[in-house]
Parts: sequence; structure tokens; C-alpha cells
Amino acid sequence: MSDLIEDTEGGNAPEFSVSEISGAVKRMIEGGFSYIRVRGELGRISRPASGHIYLTLKDDRANLDAVIWKGTAARLAHRPEEGMEVIATGRMTTFPGQSKYQLVIEDMRPAGAGALMAMLEQRRVKLAAEGLFDAARKQELPFLPEVIGVVTSPSGAVIRDILHRLRDRFPREVLIWPVAVQGEKCAPEVAAGIRGFNALAPDGPLPRPDLIIVARGGGSLEDLWGFNEEIVVRAAAESMIPLISAVGHETDTTLIDFAADYRAPTPTAAAERAVPVRMDILNWVQDCGARLSRGAQATVAQRRVRLTDLSRALPRPASLLESAQQRLDRIADRLEPALVQSVQTRHHRLQTLGARLPPALDRALTQKRLPFERASAHLRPSVLTRAIADAQQKLAALERMRQSLGYTATLKRGYAVLREGEALITTASGVKAASQIEIELADGVAQVKPLP
Amino acid sequence: MTDDKDLAQMSFEEALRALEDVVAKLERGDVPLDQSISLYERGAALRARCEAKLKEAEEKVSKITLDGTGAAIGSTPVDGL
Repeated sequence: MSDLIEDTEGGNAPEFSVSEISGAVKRMIEGGFSYIRVRGELGRISRPASGHIYLTLKDDRANLDAVIWKGTAARLAHRPEEGMEVIATGRMTTFPGQSKYQLVIEDMRPAGAGALMAMLEQRRVKLAAEGLFDAARKQELPFLPEVIGVVTSPSGAVIRDILHRLRDRFPREVLIWPVAVQGEKCAPEVAAGIRGFNALAPDGPLPRPDLIIVARGGGSLEDLWGFNEEIVVRAAAESMIPLISAVGHETDTTLIDFAADYRAPTPTAAAERAVPVRMDILNWVQDCGARLSRGAQATVAQRRVRLTDLSRALPRPASLLESAQQRLDRIADRLEPALVQSVQTRHHRLQTLGARLPPALDRALTQKRLPFERASAHLRPSVLTRAIADAQQKLAALERMRQSLGYTATLKRGYAVLREGEALITTASGVKAASQIEIELADGVAQVKPLP
Repeated sequence: MTDDKDLAQMSFEEALRALEDVVAKLERGDVPLDQSISLYERGAALRARCEAKLKEAEEKVSKITLDGTGAAIGSTPVDGL
């Protein structure tokens, strides 16, 4: 090829003057890009007194100078700001005097919202796939934290709102970890704050919080962007201390909200969720005290009622005996009449039997007498009387004989019988010996004493 | 149950729950009498503990001070917020 150029010195390439080629390029560029839309991030913006706006559109590899003429600038709906993602509509022009080209912007709309949202969604899906937002990761918030760590800007309304609400509800010890809440430093500082609180030793010189609140006030999506950064989301997900996120307003959602254990719509709401209302609990506890006393009293009272009921149901000792007593009385009452009746019954029977006795006896006697009478009719007493008369005659004869033969008849003839007591004295010596002598004579007995 | 747990080792919330339990049991009235007395005593102790905890509520606000590397090296009291 070099040979070819050497061979054809000057060659057959068309030759342009600088103006000619600049004009050709101008025509080509302005003709080819007379109406285009360009998406990019706004870079450096300058606003000279002329009213025109000079700025740079950029992406990660290239820059494009742009200008908004004064008349157009006044009509724009959004004021261009550095960092803003935009879609600019306009035409390309060149600047032959400076060998430059630029975009003359005729209309410009922010493209950031949609673009950032798309990026945000992409990031959310990725982190969700890692499980950072899983419900199983969520920790339960303490009922009453002793120390609350707040990661936020130390100045401004947010910390004021939080402290104010805490004060109203349940004053606590609060540790503020100061961070930038927007800009480049925001994400690394917030992440360091969350990790820093977690790194505190439980018994170290700085009290380790029981609860972390990451808070920021409202702002644009770009303002809140730091809280969408992966480093922050990861720090929140990894926090061993339960964490409440309260970034922006209720309608703002940042990725830290997904990783937090609880998402509060506002910093004030975070404080409300962080602690219970002290007075409510105090009242409740005092109410419990009252219920406790009532309960204890009721327990005793209930037992007392039951005891009373039972003791009422328990029979009196006397009543245990009463029925027996009554039975006894009833039986005792019947005892005497029974005896009387029994006697009467027997008496009556006796009488009945007694009444029947004489006739029965009579009848028996009559029956027994009958054979006697019959036999007695056969008896002949003359046999006996004759024998008796014979015997009597014999007896009289014998008596006469006995008298004539006996000593008494002798007495009449002058004899006497001497006796001492029962003994007969038949001798003179017997008379002499006797102390008392009885002499039986014919007409009786005479007592004599022998002479001494 | 938290029944047998030492009072001193209970968290505030556990103490509240235990108190609620005790009160509910006593109110049901199906506890034997001698047990109800010890239950009452326990309830009273729980209540005292809860109240003490509620009364020690004190605000203390301080700000972490950081060294050059962003590590916490101490804290300073904050007033007026």
C-alpha cells in the first residue's frame, strides 16, 4: 500500500480545504441528526448571564456537549440538574470554528425515575434471590428496648422527631450514630453505622443497642438513593440487632425497607413502634395489681361460701340422734299399752278359760262320780257295822277286864304307888334315897318329901 | 411456662406476661386455696418489678464519636434535641 502511495504522489484522493471539510461534516451531521432523542445523565451545567444553558450529557463511556438556548430553557418543565438522568430531544450541530459538535436541546424530560426504578427493581430481585428479604430472617422487635441506636443525621428534624416521640411514650437511652443521609458518603456511612452498632460488645464502654433505627426524612429518589445501595441493604439484613427502617415518607420505598425487620413509614412511626407507651403499661400493671387483690379475695370468698354451703349441708349432731330418739320414743310409747294389752289379753283368756273351768270340773266330777255311785250302790255297810259293833263289845269287855286286873282297882282297895319322877319306888331304901316322892292314890296324886 | 423462672432473670415483657398469667389464673378461681396465696405473692412481686422497670424510664441521648476510620471510639452527650 505504501508503495502505491509513493507511486502515486498526491494520489487521486479528493482534496478539501478546512472550511470545505468542516462544511461537509456540518452538512452530514446536521442532515443526518436533525431530529434525535438522546438519553444520558446530566454532567456539568453552566448558566452564564446570557440565559443560555451549557451542559454535558454523559454515560459511562462518552460525553456529549449540549446547549439549551435561552428561549427553550424558559419553556422546560424541569430545571436541569447535575446527575439527572434525562431524555433530550433536539438536533446535532457543529461548530466549525472550534472543531466541535453539540446537541441543541429543544425539549428535555427527566428519564431518571423510570431508569432508576428499573435499576432498583433489578437490584431488588437480585438481593431477594439471595434471600436477604426472607420473612424467616426477620427478627422480633424487643418489647421494651433499653438502648436504642439511631443511624441518622445528628442534626435536623428526623432525630428531633424520633427523640420527641420517644420522650412522649417511654424515655430511653438513645445513641446516635451520625451519618450523611445523602450523597456519595451516605451509603458507606450508614452501612458502617449499622455494623458499628452490631460490633459493640454487650458489656463494653458503649452500651450495645437492643434496637436500631435507620432514619431519614423525605426526599427525591436520588436523595434517598444511598438507602438503595447494596452495602446498606446487606448491613441491614445481617444486623443481629433488630432494625427498623424509616427512610423518606410513607410513599417512598427503598431497598433497606425490604431488609429491615420492620419498615416504619416515617421516623416518628419508627419511634412509636420502638417503645410502648409507658403510662399505658403502668396503668395496666396497676390494674393487674387491683385484679390480683380482687382475685385473691374472690378465691377466699368463694371458698368461704362453699364452706358455708357445705356446713349447712352437714347434719347437726343432734339431728343424727333425733330419728333414733324419735323411734325410741315411739317404741317406748307403745311399750306400756302393749304390756297392758298383753296382760289384758291374758287376763281375758284366763277369764274365758276360768269360766269354762267349773263346768268342765263339774262335768269331769260327774263323769268320775258316776262309777263311784254305781259302785257305792253295790256297797253294803251292814257288814262293816256289825263287825264294828262286835269289836266294840269286845273292846268294852276287855276294858272291864283291864280295869279289874289293873293296879288302879287295887288303889281303891287301899294300895298306893310311889314314884320319884317316872321311876317306881318299890323299896324302902328307894324311899330313903329319894328327894321327892309322888304317891298315887285312888283319887289322885300326892306329893311328899321324905324326912331327912 | 415462665412460672418457675427467677424474677431477676426475666425480661420486662416476660414479667408482664407472667403477671397477666397469674392474674388470669387467680381470676378463674380454680386454684387451690394454699396455692392461690403463693400465686398472689408471686403476682405482687411481678407487679413490683414491672413498676420499678416502668419508673426507671429516663432519657439519655448521646452521639457516637468516630475515629478517622469510622470506628466508634466513644460518645458525647447531646442536649437540646
